[in-house]
Amino acid sequence: MTGRVSLPVICLGILGFGILYVPMTVMILFSFNAGKLVSVWSGFSTKWYASLLTNEQVLNAFGLSLFIAFWAATIATFFGMMIAIAFVRFGNFRGRLALSSLSSAPLVMPEVVTGLSLLLLFIGMESVLGWPAGRGVDTIIIAHATFGMCFAAVVIQARLRDFDRDIEDAAFDLGGRQPFVFFSVTLPVILPAVIAAWLLAFTLSFDDLVIASFVSGPGSSTLPVVVFSKVRLGVTPEINALASIMVGIVAASVIGGAFLMRRRLLKSDHD
Amino acid sequence: MPRHLLMLNRITGANGRRLLVAVPLVWLALFFLLPLLKTLQVSFTTAQRSVPPYAPLWGFDDTGFFTNFTLDNYQLLATYWQDYIGPAGNSVKLAFFSTLVCLIFAYPMAWWIARSNAAWRAVLLVLVMLPFWTSSLLRIYALIGLLNPNGFINAMLIWLGIIDTPMRMMQTDFSIYMGMVLTYLPLMILPLYAVMVRLDDDVIEAATDLGASSVGVWWTVILPLTLPGVIAGSLLVFIPAVGEFVIPALLGGPDQLMMGKVLWTEFFRNRDWPVAAAIAMLLLAILTVPIIYARYQDGRDDRDADTPTGAS
Repeated sequence: MTGRVSLPVICLGILGFGILYVPMTVMILFSFNAGKLVSVWSGFSTKWYASLLTNEQVLNAFGLSLFIAFWAATIATFFGMMIAIAFVRFGNFRGRLALSSLSSAPLVMPEVVTGLSLLLLFIGMESVLGWPAGRGVDTIIIAHATFGMCFAAVVIQARLRDFDRDIEDAAFDLGGRQPFVFFSVTLPVILPAVIAAWLLAFTLSFDDLVIASFVSGPGSSTLPVVVFSKVRLGVTPEINALASIMVGIVAASVIGGAFLMRRRLLKSDHD
Repeated sequence: MPRHLLMLNRITGANGRRLLVAVPLVWLALFFLLPLLKTLQVSFTTAQRSVPPYAPLWGFDDTGFFTNFTLDNYQLLATYWQDYIGPAGNSVKLAFFSTLVCLIFAYPMAWWIARSNAAWRAVLLVLVMLPFWTSSLLRIYALIGLLNPNGFINAMLIWLGIIDTPMRMMQTDFSIYMGMVLTYLPLMILPLYAVMVRLDDDVIEAATDLGASSVGVWWTVILPLTLPGVIAGSLLVFIPAVGEFVIPALLGGPDQLMMGKVLWTEFFRNRDWPVAAAIAMLLLAILTVPIIYARYQDGRDDRDADTPTGAS
């Protein structure tokens, strides 16, 4: 539905977008400030970007976060796809209620509770089984994969529901077998949702501060943990530069993704 | 296909199905349910100087079976209620009004997006998605640069001559609400937009033709039809807002204590794990009603969506 929108609605809308965008815009502007103060402009400079790129602690944390987010997202997408297939295709299977409760509760669980309880489990497991020995990259990946798979399941489920089952049935009628049909028919159709689920799980893992703070050990500080400890000490131009780079990466990906989807839509309209 | 092969396929098919359900189910039971039970268990123990820093709930020693079961941690929460129950009330209050403020902004924003033509709609949706995909820690950090006593807003106002001493905006309810809106606004807009974009123009036209004023149309037609989006969005904002840690930690002061921050302090600063576990249980108890309500709403959608395919 499209139509006229009254002026007060547009005013409130602009105000809302203002709240979302003014802080980030000011931050990006002042990341190019030569002075150390974040409110007084004293000339254009890129020196904070330069000093950021030589900050070993930040660079190491960035690499670690990328590694953790990649594996957490990959595990999460794989498991999320299994959950989604079970829900959409298996009808009333045994354990449906258990699986739907367990896969939806993490979506609404407060992060502090998830983080604390996982840490208590890991410590309990360590004293009983001897694994995991201490906390580090592996425990963070497990924690992130666990809530990531619940988000991934929601995203993939939505796409799988819209999926025309006749195509699959046709493939079976033509003699295709389960794994073959899945990889050659089902997967290509739900692929956009699988990619979206992976990206969502990746982002959630990459941005997570609270859960990582609980389940990380010494020497496995992720980027948000490092940023948080720096932010507590005050606003610094270096973090401005880091945040600006991150906003830039997200903006490029979101706008790029929107363009790709538009092209796909236009193309499918032509066909 | 030969008959025995078909049989084989069917057997592995059934096992495959079972495996497909069992693997994620076991994972979630192990890394989500079991940790919660463990936390419940730890909340009934006492803290002690050891590794881990709490006494085992039960076990066997020279004298045989022993337990350390205690309700002391919950009693502590009740005795020092102004330090624990107070922040709990504060969390609910701040989360409730944050949800309301988000709704006030998100409703017109979603309406604007839904009523725009295709090109504008794409642009506005990208503008909503961009903050959604950006780290909330960094967005809150950007807000600090704005609200600080020597931040951008104060510098501008002093430069313009409107004020001569910096306003106090950080560590107030105002900074908490700004942080909450900044963090959760996209989560409110998206479900509202999803409902509004499916709204039938003819219904609105019919009401207008029958003589309803624009406020009347909104109250009698549009609001009831968009209510599912309002409920969904409010739950998406309220539930995480109650347990929020980063916002009270970075934007709040002593008067804006919230449960997430109290739990954090108890765990990392005081190293009292059993009390932290008891706070986690209290937080869950507060959130039980909205979480079950959200599940119920979700389950209803689930059943609705399943009805057509359920027959096949």
